[in-house]
Amino acid sequence: MSKIELKHIDKFYGKNHILKDVELTIEDGDFMTLLGPSGCGKTTTLRVVSGLEKPQNGTIYMDGKEIVNAAEAHFAPPSERGLNLVFQSYALWPHMTVRENIAFGLNIKKMSKEEVNKRVTDALERMQIGQYIDRYPSELSGGQQQRVAIARAIASEPRLLLLDEPLSNLDAKLRVDMRSELKRLHTETGTTMIYVTHDQVEALTMSTKIAIFKEGVIIQVAPPLELYNNPANLYVADFIGNPRINFVDVKATVTAAGMEIDGAAGKLSFPKSDMTPGAPTSGTFDAVLGIRPEQVTINTERQSPDDIEAKIYTSMPAGSETLVTAKMCGVSMVIKALGITHYSPDQTVYLSIDPKKINVFDKKSENLIKYSV
Amino acid sequence: MKPKDQNYSKSRRLKNQLKAVVTNPYNVIVLIAIVLLTYLIVLPLLDMISTTFTLAQRDVRQSGGVAGAFTLYYWQRLLASNLTTKLLVQPLLNSLLIGSCVSVCAITIGSVLAWLMVRTDLPFKKFFSLAVIIPYMIPSWCKSQAWLTMFKTERIGGSPGFLMSLGINVPDWLAYGPVAIITVLSLHYYAYAYLLVSSALNSINSELEEMGEIQGAGKAMILRKITFPLVLPAMLSAVILTFSKAIGTFGVINYLGSKVNFVTLSSQLYMNSKSQNTQTAFAMALIMICIASISVFVNQKLIGSRKSYATIGGKGGRSTPIRLGAQKPIITIVLIAFFAVGIIMPILILILESFMLKQGTYSLANLTTYYWVGDGSRKEIMEGLPGIFRNPNFINALINSLKLTFVNGIFGTIFGQIIGYICAKGRGKLHGRVVEQLVFIPYLIPSIAFGGIFLSMFSRPQTLFGVTLVPSLYGTFALLTITSVVKHLPFASRAGTSNMLQIGGELEEAAAIAGAGFFKRFVRIVFPLSKGGFISGFMLIFVSIMKELDLIILIMTPKTSTLPYLAFQYANGNSPQASNCVAIVMFSIVFLVYALANIFGDADLAKSMGG
Repeated sequence: MSKIELKHIDKFYGKNHILKDVELTIEDGDFMTLLGPSGCGKTTTLRVVSGLEKPQNGTIYMDGKEIVNAAEAHFAPPSERGLNLVFQSYALWPHMTVRENIAFGLNIKKMSKEEVNKRVTDALERMQIGQYIDRYPSELSGGQQQRVAIARAIASEPRLLLLDEPLSNLDAKLRVDMRSELKRLHTETGTTMIYVTHDQVEALTMSTKIAIFKEGVIIQVAPPLELYNNPANLYVADFIGNPRINFVDVKATVTAAGMEIDGAAGKLSFPKSDMTPGAPTSGTFDAVLGIRPEQVTINTERQSPDDIEAKIYTSMPAGSETLVTAKMCGVSMVIKALGITHYSPDQTVYLSIDPKKINVFDKKSENLIKYSV
Repeated sequence: MKPKDQNYSKSRRLKNQLKAVVTNPYNVIVLIAIVLLTYLIVLPLLDMISTTFTLAQRDVRQSGGVAGAFTLYYWQRLLASNLTTKLLVQPLLNSLLIGSCVSVCAITIGSVLAWLMVRTDLPFKKFFSLAVIIPYMIPSWCKSQAWLTMFKTERIGGSPGFLMSLGINVPDWLAYGPVAIITVLSLHYYAYAYLLVSSALNSINSELEEMGEIQGAGKAMILRKITFPLVLPAMLSAVILTFSKAIGTFGVINYLGSKVNFVTLSSQLYMNSKSQNTQTAFAMALIMICIASISVFVNQKLIGSRKSYATIGGKGGRSTPIRLGAQKPIITIVLIAFFAVGIIMPILILILESFMLKQGTYSLANLTTYYWVGDGSRKEIMEGLPGIFRNPNFINALINSLKLTFVNGIFGTIFGQIIGYICAKGRGKLHGRVVEQLVFIPYLIPSIAFGGIFLSMFSRPQTLFGVTLVPSLYGTFALLTITSVVKHLPFASRAGTSNMLQIGGELEEAAAIAGAGFFKRFVRIVFPLSKGGFISGFMLIFVSIMKELDLIILIMTPKTSTLPYLAFQYANGNSPQASNCVAIVMFSIVFLVYALANIFGDADLAKSMGG
């Protein structure tokens, strides 16, 4: 239940510049996911917030109170920040039972015995592992250890809960179960959470907001669907979405009325109102269309004159959907068709794309210049 | 807004920085460690160097000049005079010969044993793996005693050796000198190679070897191309360890070399120290330090970036033993023979000898328990001294030894673990490197010289700005303790480092987030998790101090004598039986403690060697 503001955070390890002027505000009650490939600085950001790492530059405010001011060498110790952390490795103390693991921090806070017992039982009940209270971590399965780690973190009723890739060591099925449980935990407790992951499905399904990292820089912060529909640039567009977004190189001409596109996807025109504030206001330049695989419909017969002729390359049925790759004027397009459909290689098909749903990026700046609406 | 163009209070920054440094116990401990290590390691070393450039009163007449003045006399005498060959070159060559031969033999034996024990389906592994450690527990000078008992010739007079009394003529070159020394030392030091290589082998996932097999490589090919390169770093560390130990050793050289005037740097160093030639002794010690440093440097260059091999494959994983097939019985028999001759026999000889009234007379009538429990009534034996269990000197030495080993074991382990903690936490940071380097220095200083330098340093009160910090410690138990603790710090701290590295940083961070302060984390998290390592570290120090002779031989006074020193005195005083009795008692204690630590804690000597 707290608001976190990171301002101008720089973190170096030796000569390596890990975090570059990171600015991030996490509103009270947010489920903020830090998303990016490995080595992009997301875990470092989490550790800076937790107080385990000291940034070289910048300030951090928690509910308006300054907890980090690098210039004045002020770093509040982790225990004074009212937060708790779930480590990727769980970091359960192997020489303590589940009860002792959870009670450790509570005892340090000098809580009464009854209070400690109550909180331990509550936390375990919430994670549905009450029966393992007297076991040692080595006697639990990976999924159970994960639950203990979360129970330990929530027992102290933190204002801010940090989770560092907590699900990466679980198998696929458990991961899906834990996802919904974490989301439930968030709605029930209302605790502000910062969640680090490199798994975009986790990020999209659980978060209220996602911050995309690239090489120590935050590229975009937005709610999941906003991020999916209108990625700020080619990097985010490429990173988010599975199967990946299709990119088509085109020529764009901007006039007072709007933008005209000419290329493999045919001739398209977009109204001025759909364009981003940062888009060029005139001229002809190289642009890239971003088309999500599910926004293309595929037909064996031509339905409208705007349909684009293409040839089937491969067709991969996966039960609930079929992934089709088709070549359109030499450009390869991945199309997600619902249900089971059958296409034979080299079959001619017709693709129809709703121009409103298309993203357009400036090839040079790589930034989004036309929203999908 | 970078800090340089941001408004901030400089005084507050300073205050916060100071507060962060002072209120963090870790920083305080690091600071104390660095100060103490500098005082106990760097200062003695500098003192040693300056001593070799200072003219002593006794040499004033020969060299001219004033006592206490700067002089190159000692270095010149050692390096560029007509005495150089005799004083330096010959002993140096001998030292290098012993060092290299022992390294080659010991590493070969140790590595082969390690491979057989870890990676093959050798039978009786449990027995072998215990037997293989025993040499580490018997002091090397005990073995040389056993060697003499076996091979003694008429050359030195006195009683004949076992073989002589059977009518077998033993050539002198076998009984004394380099061959004997190399054999005895190799049989002693192979234990290091064994421990290091076997722990490296244990950490290799057998899937790596199985992959080779799938690719179609034969057993020999896999051994040569996969296993060997993976354990090479461990073998090279073992070489350094063995080499520097072998050139620094003195006891064995004294027993087996002095009779044929075979001298090495270490024995010369001892002679010079004994005869108050401190300057020359220290100069020699410095040369030995240089040799050791060069070997370490070469080792690091050779290993280079490969050092991390063992940890890359460190999944542990399953280990499928390699079948020895038809050679199995042959190898087993050879091993049993090796242990019988190399380990069981020396012990048996020592025990047998301790019960023999007169050496070299092998008859039942000659057996006696006099040396154990005699009452001192027979004046012709040991000048009327009673058997060891009735001898106050022995009781005194026994108590001293136990006291020294326990005090040292405990202090050494605690310091070692704390320094190990600093090294582990400070990996890649300046303070970690400084501590790691500082603590490594005693490793390079030969034991005798180390004893000598501490003796000369602490014989006078230590003062700072006129305040006496440490009173004169000559002849005290405290001096023995400090010397042994500091000399064993490299081992203890290495054991500590590898121990601490096994504790994931996140475990401690989790406690920090829960609000546990430094001491609470150490007591509640770090210590309980490293208990096994504590016990192993204790064992390592206990065993090596219990049998320590070289290090403390110069510091000894009758009041502070220990078991090895007593045995050494008895042996030199022509009472080998009594010496054997003492050695047996000592060995029994070591073995007992090892067994106890093994049963009650998961002590593992190999683990504490830590590479």
